[in-house]
Amino acid sequence: MSEPMTRARPTAAPVSEHGASRPMRPSLVLLRKDLLLERRAPEAIPAMLLFSLTTFVLFHFGLGRDEVSGQLAAGVLLVTLLFAAILGINRLFVAEQEEGGFDGVLLAPIDRTALFVAKAAGLFLFLAIVELVAVAAFAILLLGPSPWPALPGLLLVLALLNLALAVVGALVSALAIRTRARDLIVPIVALPLLTPALIAAARLAAPLLAADGAGALPTRWLAVLALYDLVFGLLAYAVFDFLLED
Amino acid sequence: MYGKGLRALSLATFAALTATFALVFFYAPLDADQGFIQKIFYVHVPVAIVTLCAYVLGGVFAALHLKTRDRRWDLRSYVVIHVALIFNVIGLLTGAIWAKASWGHWWVWEEPTLVSFLIVFLLFATYQPLRFSIEDPERQGRYAAVFAVMAGAFVPLNFAAVRAATSTVHPRTFGTADGGLPSQMAWVFLVAIVAMALLFALMCAYEIAAKQTRWQLRALRRRLLGADTVAPLGRSAAPALGEPGRPASQGGGRGSYPAEVPS
Repeated sequence: MSEPMTRARPTAAPVSEHGASRPMRPSLVLLRKDLLLERRAPEAIPAMLLFSLTTFVLFHFGLGRDEVSGQLAAGVLLVTLLFAAILGINRLFVAEQEEGGFDGVLLAPIDRTALFVAKAAGLFLFLAIVELVAVAAFAILLLGPSPWPALPGLLLVLALLNLALAVVGALVSALAIRTRARDLIVPIVALPLLTPALIAAARLAAPLLAADGAGALPTRWLAVLALYDLVFGLLAYAVFDFLLED
Repeated sequence: MYGKGLRALSLATFAALTATFALVFFYAPLDADQGFIQKIFYVHVPVAIVTLCAYVLGGVFAALHLKTRDRRWDLRSYVVIHVALIFNVIGLLTGAIWAKASWGHWWVWEEPTLVSFLIVFLLFATYQPLRFSIEDPERQGRYAAVFAVMAGAFVPLNFAAVRAATSTVHPRTFGTADGGLPSQMAWVFLVAIVAMALLFALMCAYEIAAKQTRWQLRALRRRLLGADTVAPLGRSAAPALGEPGRPASQGGGRGSYPAEVPS
């Protein structure tokens, strides 16, 4: 933002005055818009939440178990969250596509990547809110051992997993939004891409949820998951521009 | 003129494959432990290595497409990924046969290379549906390139992740502490890799030549018979190279037909 822009955007304070000194400002404005939309007309979060709870019930009957622990618990919890995230990823850019938000971002004097950062951050927050309830429900409905000792480790694992879901989800969602078969493309592309993240997260969560008390986090898997976040975060940041060109 | 050097490449591939199979059957020693079935190794491992390198190459070509906006890079990326998918299936099938023969099961989950191969296959299998669901050829190429870049970077990362999960059963071909290959086997193996790489390059060259010829023919027909007589393009997952004098949205644009088409 080298030259000053005089045009003010209607919804927010003019970007021009602060653009150079506050590079994150456009992302924050876009993020605020998404959070506001979700608060006024909740759509993604309730759906993801209900989906997660229903899936726990289905797992109870499908596995024929009242309690799960260890690797099984980690798998049930994380796969459920992964599928719930797919619902959110599907909806991530729908407002932009249907209401002309893409044009707004392209017309505004901001970096296009601001939209990616905002969407990834929004998805991260949505997932965090969903997990707040879903993990509690999981602990009550299905988890055998006490959840409290596992909680600090689980928070770290979920934060790293959410980051993976957020960056890959935002990119795949933007990739799929303008295709004919949007809701088919999102899961078939996102699920294989997220497989390494799920492997790492499940291996991390398994000792935490073990029946004989929470074990230590395997650092090797922590490194894999963090590496995944880093690589795909940077890659998605680099290539997102190309999805917004027309 | 397309398809330059195809004949030489075909002959070289034929010779290399013949030499490989001759060496595999008549020169390479029988594996003391696994016997004859071990010889599938000379097909399976080269195919797998070529597949993975090709996926990464497809990502590199896609990045070049994004950088230069030249349609020909999109075509190369598409063809490389397309042929790599075929090699991927061959690799999975030969891997399953080997697994059955040497470990007694068609599928072994403890086997990181096989599993990551399946995951990579599942990811790249979505490349064509993704392309097919985007109609505008320019956007199709661009979006497919974004996908290919991500997926190309995914390949090594995925291998690291799955390998970290377990590494027990699969024989490590190189660089393992306990041995690796006897020199006779290693020699045959190197020839096999060269042959498979040549076969891959040949299949790509044929597909590119076929696509370019088809498009040139189409451009010529339009020029000679008039634009109305040539049926409009249907939807396709394959990149359209485009025709001269048409806007990018209709398949023209940079990297579209060179002006050397005789009039």
